[in-house]
Amino acid sequence: MTTRIEQRFAALRAEGRAGLVTFLVAGDPDIPTFERLLDGLPAAGADLIEIGMPFSDPMADGPVIQAGNLRALAHGVTLARTLEIVRRFRGRDQTTPLVLMGYYNPIWAYGRLRFLDEAVSAGVDGLIVVDLPPEEDEELCLPALERGLDFVRLATPTTDARRLPTVLRNVRGFLYYVSLTGITGVKEAAAEQVAPQLDRIRKHTDLPIAVGFGIKTPEQAAAIARIADAAVVGSALVAEVAAHLDSEGKPRGGLVAAVHDKVRALAHAVREARR
Amino acid sequence: MLANSLRTGPDERGRFGLYGGRFVAETLMPCILELEAAYEEAKRDPAFQAEFDSFLADYVGRPSPLYFAERLTAELGGAKIYLKRDELNHTGAHKINNCIGQILLARRMGKKRIIAETGAGQHGVATATVCARFGLDCVIYMGERDIERQQPNVFRMRLLGAEVRPVRSGSRTLKDAMNEALRDWVTNVETTFYLIGSVAGPHPYPAMVRDFQSVIGREAKAQMLEKEGRLPDVLVAAVGGGSNAMGLFHPFLDDGSVRLIAVEAAGEGLDTGLHAAAMLRGRPGILHGSRSYLLQDEDGQVIEPHSISAGLDYPGIGPEHSWLKDIGRLEVTAATDREALDAFRLLARLEGILPALEPAHALAATAKLAPGLSKDTLLVVNLCGRGDKDIYTVARHLGVEL
Ligand SMILES: Cc1ncc(COP(=O)(O)O)c(C=O)c1O
Repeated sequence: MTTRIEQRFAALRAEGRAGLVTFLVAGDPDIPTFERLLDGLPAAGADLIEIGMPFSDPMADGPVIQAGNLRALAHGVTLARTLEIVRRFRGRDQTTPLVLMGYYNPIWAYGRLRFLDEAVSAGVDGLIVVDLPPEEDEELCLPALERGLDFVRLATPTTDARRLPTVLRNVRGFLYYVSLTGITGVKEAAAEQVAPQLDRIRKHTDLPIAVGFGIKTPEQAAAIARIADAAVVGSALVAEVAAHLDSEGKPRGGLVAAVHDKVRALAHAVREARR
Repeated sequence: MLANSLRTGPDERGRFGLYGGRFVAETLMPCILELEAAYEEAKRDPAFQAEFDSFLADYVGRPSPLYFAERLTAELGGAKIYLKRDELNHTGAHKINNCIGQILLARRMGKKRIIAETGAGQHGVATATVCARFGLDCVIYMGERDIERQQPNVFRMRLLGAEVRPVRSGSRTLKDAMNEALRDWVTNVETTFYLIGSVAGPHPYPAMVRDFQSVIGREAKAQMLEKEGRLPDVLVAAVGGGSNAMGLFHPFLDDGSVRLIAVEAAGEGLDTGLHAAAMLRGRPGILHGSRSYLLQDEDGQVIEPHSISAGLDYPGIGPEHSWLKDIGRLEVTAATDREALDAFRLLARLEGILPALEPAHALAATAKLAPGLSKDTLLVVNLCGRGDKDIYTVARHLGVEL
């Protein structure tokens, strides 16, 4: 059986273009606004949706996404609520692949097998858990694969040739290449440095490769779309959310449209990139 | 090696039973594996050990005395109390033991830039000190709140040539400083050595820091045998991340007659929600690279800890402590802010020693425990830091303006 993620990448390949992966934090800036954001993403051009599971201590994230996590937590977004959001979305959209991204502790606290079962039934397609390297695959990766959930792993510039097979071992869905050493949203990705890395990785795997961390503008997204199977944009979208909050943190009118406009511009650039 | 020894952990995955492990981002994994290999090699190299011992002797001033606290013993009227005087070390706390070990390793690995987190500032000062000594760049992450309450140490770090970067995220204390240090490390992984200050973090840190701190327990054992002709009966130490406690306890793990007592910070009280008692009030969780007891809510969000002592103001604890607690080898108790302040003043008046607020928690627990023990009970308190850095905090709580 092919998964929704595999189907989407196969379709992108058939179209001869790269995909756009969008990242937002679940329940940021509040649950109703987030659900409106989420609902409009596919029409705005997101090919695959990543949703961050809020955590109090997001160690791999820069200030922009940290703030998004804290806004969501302040609005009472728990892991259970994140799963409810996904479930409702799946009721309305059965085709857009959806990946949950986050840190291990909320999953562990929820009960990892209970979480996996509920994620499957809610309609989650894949997981990215930043602080679970392959050395800890027994914790979550293997039971996720058994349940038909894809497990997406990060490869980084520090993942050398010796280590790459270990990193690739249990990946399913796609590989997420982190374009730079660092946290989200601080440095900027340079396509000319990423290209040779992708060539290197492709010698070891046929998995689709999405590239993220540091892609902010349509131009950067297009440059990545020429060399990778998908471009991931996170901080730039979360920053757009933050830019449309009033001094009390309440969403101002136009927030949802502004984020969707940004997604549309990125999607357009990604779609035109290889023409 | 004893088949049933408690001193053989962790296993090759860095686990102490359920606890420990390597829960870090992929960017850091190659670096952590490299560190582990480098440490294993250094551990077996007699030249490395000799250099470590020589710096401990001539630079740190070891061995630290095991001092019979005669007046404190008389006042409490029970167990015979000894103080392991690691507050006499260069820089005023046990933290320097570990810093010497790690800086020698960093140099061996060819790293030129050192980063560290600090709470009380003791680890930051110790790190800045060894960086000055070895001519390496030094960046210290410190929560804004801790910067306010540990001003003297901030100034000391700057005098030693370190850059102190204030951390404004979260509770603006030790946990957030560690988050920020990890973010720096991920960004500068090729050039940078992360000098972790406690028995926390991903494998191999908990084991490595323990090994470097175990000099405390090895000395205490030999000193007690010399003074009393036998092993102590009770060891008491405060736990933040757990390094001074593990340093004292580890050489005694297989001596079943020796009680090991870890003292957590009870803050305003264990049932007020304002404390840092990870083992008494937390549940196993994953933070900063390892699984261990952790203060967290139902949803797995980390709860901001509270303690008058910046060095104990941490929501977690080293993984080996968690394991030893679960198997019943470690007893865990707690002391409140108020009890620690009382113990601070008690030691000052009776023994002429100002303890740091961290070991003041161990003294507070001792003050509760010792009167109920027989006079031939030998008790050792790890006096792991001196209190000069804390006089502003103490003054404020006493309503005195300096
Ligand atoms: C004097 C002193 N004792 C104890 C601690 C707590 O750390 P640990 O539990 O690792 O010994 C600190 C930390 O800053 C300290 O400065």
